[in-house]
Amino acid sequence: MKKELVLQLKNISKTFGKVKANSNVSLDLYNGEILSLLGENGSGKTSLMNILAGIYFPDSGSIEINGESVSITSPKDAYKYKIGMVHQHFKLVDTFTAVENVVIGLDSRFNKEKRKALYTEIESRYDNPLGCANSYDEEVELKKARKLTGFDLKEASNEINNICNTFGFVLDPKKHVCDMSVSEKQTLEIIKTLYRGVDILILDEPTAVLTPQEIEKLFNVIRNMKLAGKSIIIITHKLNEVMEISDRITVLRKGELVGTVNKTDTSIEQLTEMMVGQKTELNIERSEPKGAEKLLEVKDLCVKNVFGNEVINNVSFDLKEGEILGIAGISGNGQKELLEAIAGVQPIANGEVIYHRQKKNKPVSFFHKSLKQIKRLANEGVFHDLNGKPVSLENVPNKEIKTQVKAGEILFNENETMYLKGKNPREIRELGIHLAFVPEDRLGMGLVGTMNINENMMLRSYRKGKGPFLNFKRPRDTAQSIITKLEVATPSANVQVKKLSGGNVQKVLVGREIAYAPSVFMVAYPVRGLDINSSYTIYNLLNKQKENGVGIIYVGEDLDVLLALADRILVLCNGKVSGIVDARKINKKQLGALMLGESL
Amino acid sequence: MFALLLCEAFLLTPIFLFGSTGETLTEKSGHLNLGTPGTICVGGAGGMIGVAVYDSICGGFANSNPFLTFMFVLFFALLFGALSGLLFSFFTVSLRCNQNVMGLAYTTFGIGFYGLIATLVNRPDGFLNQYCGTISRLFMTRSEAPNGFCEIFLSHGLLFYLSFVIAIVVAVVLKRTRVGLFVRTVGENAGSADAAGIDVSKYRYITTIIGCSISALAGLYYFVEINNGLVEFKNIDAYGWLAVALVIFTLWKTDLGILGAILFAFLFKLPEIYGLPSASLNILFQYLPYFVTVVILVIISMVNKKAVQAPANLGIPYFREER
Repeated sequence: MKKELVLQLKNISKTFGKVKANSNVSLDLYNGEILSLLGENGSGKTSLMNILAGIYFPDSGSIEINGESVSITSPKDAYKYKIGMVHQHFKLVDTFTAVENVVIGLDSRFNKEKRKALYTEIESRYDNPLGCANSYDEEVELKKARKLTGFDLKEASNEINNICNTFGFVLDPKKHVCDMSVSEKQTLEIIKTLYRGVDILILDEPTAVLTPQEIEKLFNVIRNMKLAGKSIIIITHKLNEVMEISDRITVLRKGELVGTVNKTDTSIEQLTEMMVGQKTELNIERSEPKGAEKLLEVKDLCVKNVFGNEVINNVSFDLKEGEILGIAGISGNGQKELLEAIAGVQPIANGEVIYHRQKKNKPVSFFHKSLKQIKRLANEGVFHDLNGKPVSLENVPNKEIKTQVKAGEILFNENETMYLKGKNPREIRELGIHLAFVPEDRLGMGLVGTMNINENMMLRSYRKGKGPFLNFKRPRDTAQSIITKLEVATPSANVQVKKLSGGNVQKVLVGREIAYAPSVFMVAYPVRGLDINSSYTIYNLLNKQKENGVGIIYVGEDLDVLLALADRILVLCNGKVSGIVDARKINKKQLGALMLGESL
Repeated sequence: MFALLLCEAFLLTPIFLFGSTGETLTEKSGHLNLGTPGTICVGGAGGMIGVAVYDSICGGFANSNPFLTFMFVLFFALLFGALSGLLFSFFTVSLRCNQNVMGLAYTTFGIGFYGLIATLVNRPDGFLNQYCGTISRLFMTRSEAPNGFCEIFLSHGLLFYLSFVIAIVVAVVLKRTRVGLFVRTVGENAGSADAAGIDVSKYRYITTIIGCSISALAGLYYFVEINNGLVEFKNIDAYGWLAVALVIFTLWKTDLGILGAILFAFLFKLPEIYGLPSASLNILFQYLPYFVTVVILVIISMVNKKAVQAPANLGIPYFREER
């Protein structure tokens, strides 16, 4: 097959507000090749492809298809130029069947063109002028072709089956999307584009949600399409897959083009360097965990989603004070549900969440215990004095004991066990447990976008104040101290939170939760979308909390950060724990294997 | 007695049916138009204007032609309905206003508009009443044999039959045609529709305009057939809210809407005809349509099956480049 240039992007730029998604990116694509678009999260891969698919319109730059300059203003235009994209979040209608999903958006003109093409094809095969069939076979075929005019789901189903046979898919056209597995949905999305006869197929992170076997199947299909002369662009950040499937690789970093290389001329090391720039050593100061006391214990936790499927399946772990427990996993493997279940937002189907409260150096009082009990407990060695030495009250006169108790000189450590299952966040707070939760959805669950910083502080303290009136002073003070301490870039505390940039929003949220003096601190993707400086501010904040003896659960997607920040890492796969490992002794590759559900 | 009840109930049915068919069509495209009661009022006002305009053109009732009168009122009712839909779509699609706020505001506006037009158009000689009389007799097949089969099913004007025809046509279009599939897609998942090359804004505009035009016919029907051209405002907006409730009651299916509309009209008329023993019982019966709608809502939320739920993107605006 002759290599022909089918697509050229020239100096594409696109900004969202202040964020530069792409700046001056150029890219070539030939027919019958597989091009990988490689880059870290937020490097502008998806934005660039969305421009090609007509979802976004570029601010500047030009697109040429088969040497012709075109302007793609809508997805419909993209299909016109035979470009199809399978988005990471599938664009399917749950209540429709597969075939209905395939035909949506196709007007009668599409069918007419198809019929015309079929006519010419039959005509040329039988070498006859159209309509004068002189063989039975031809007449049958023409009859079939004539049927292609109207809205005919049966015909479309047949066509889908044909596509399946050609490229090696398996799909039932009559199946409803809501009954499909993720892999089937992806298959359907690909078929949807093939049905429209695309020549350029874009796949956004196609393997993120698939099992290894499904990935293998997908790659076979992609190779078949390549043999059929189609061009395929795969967006990914997985290097091994890039090396396995692609012909050429284009690397983006922070919205800019780093370069394009042939697979045969490159290595994983070179690609990594292109992807991340100079090797960045993460300079996160990690201290040894201080205490060894258990803070939180999760036992055989099961959580079901609204459809009754188990999203968390028998998860057990514990969290010690002064440690950071990282949670790794491909996104959507139960991280969100796990945190929400602990925080009391999601109902727990089965299992226990146990909180251990250590109260150190608590003075004994006669309010709780009688003199007799105190004596008995002292014999058991429960009490100690102000210097931490054990107190024995044997042979001490009662009067002396009374004065010592009243002076608060006899102390003890208390270990209280609390069961959090079935309690909502307010009930948990009323138990005196300071559980802070920074959800991944900052402006959805964490903060109210249209309220200002002061008011958002109040979401934590709205129950304080006299009678029906709110206490405004404390939230205002908290807001002010967060703004100065965490260097939130805002004109004042009266600015609506949604108007702040992502990093500042995160600082406000994390700052508020820390101001609440938590003992367990749960954060989900706290640095997503943040620049490097803001990220380090967050890491330092977390480490400071750790030194104060707070137990931290950190859900992250960047494995380097997890390895450098966490003390232990729990890996989730399909809602199950596939391993709890020491972050100091494991490497990225082993972690990746665990994430895929393999054992070490 | 029962025949009389049936007869009265059938007379009322098209109001609910027009209203709910229009609203269902609108909601299927993802637009929650709470302006339907207002649109119905505006449709009625359109009918009045139609009569007034024709009256001034032909120069008095004596020279009038019933068929032309009918065409005029139909035209103006549809026009005002379409304008309502256009306004709603312009505010919610183009200006991205909140659909609920816009709808409720439009309902308030529509009720006021009806009153305003009524005072402007009405004359002491009762010409509206005269014209409406001719229109409602225009397409009537027969009207003898009181309370028999003919009275119940055949003694109605064209609008009566039109309501059933439109309900069936809309059901078939939504279920069986390509355009219907696209409309449903827009209502279920506007993002998918857009990615598949469907112009979401265009579809929402057009379905809302058509839907509102159909709803406006309910107002026209009320003005011509029920109120016989009298302008006083009774409870036309209450019929409108019942039509909105009917959409939920029939699970967004306009063919089921025919049965639902008959049932609602039946329940609505039952106490009036039978003269229930106490006033409170009377009110209780008139409340029944709302009550069964609530029951249906509870049931569909318990069933938790996607096929019987409201369109998934109902009430959600769509903007492609939002991140």
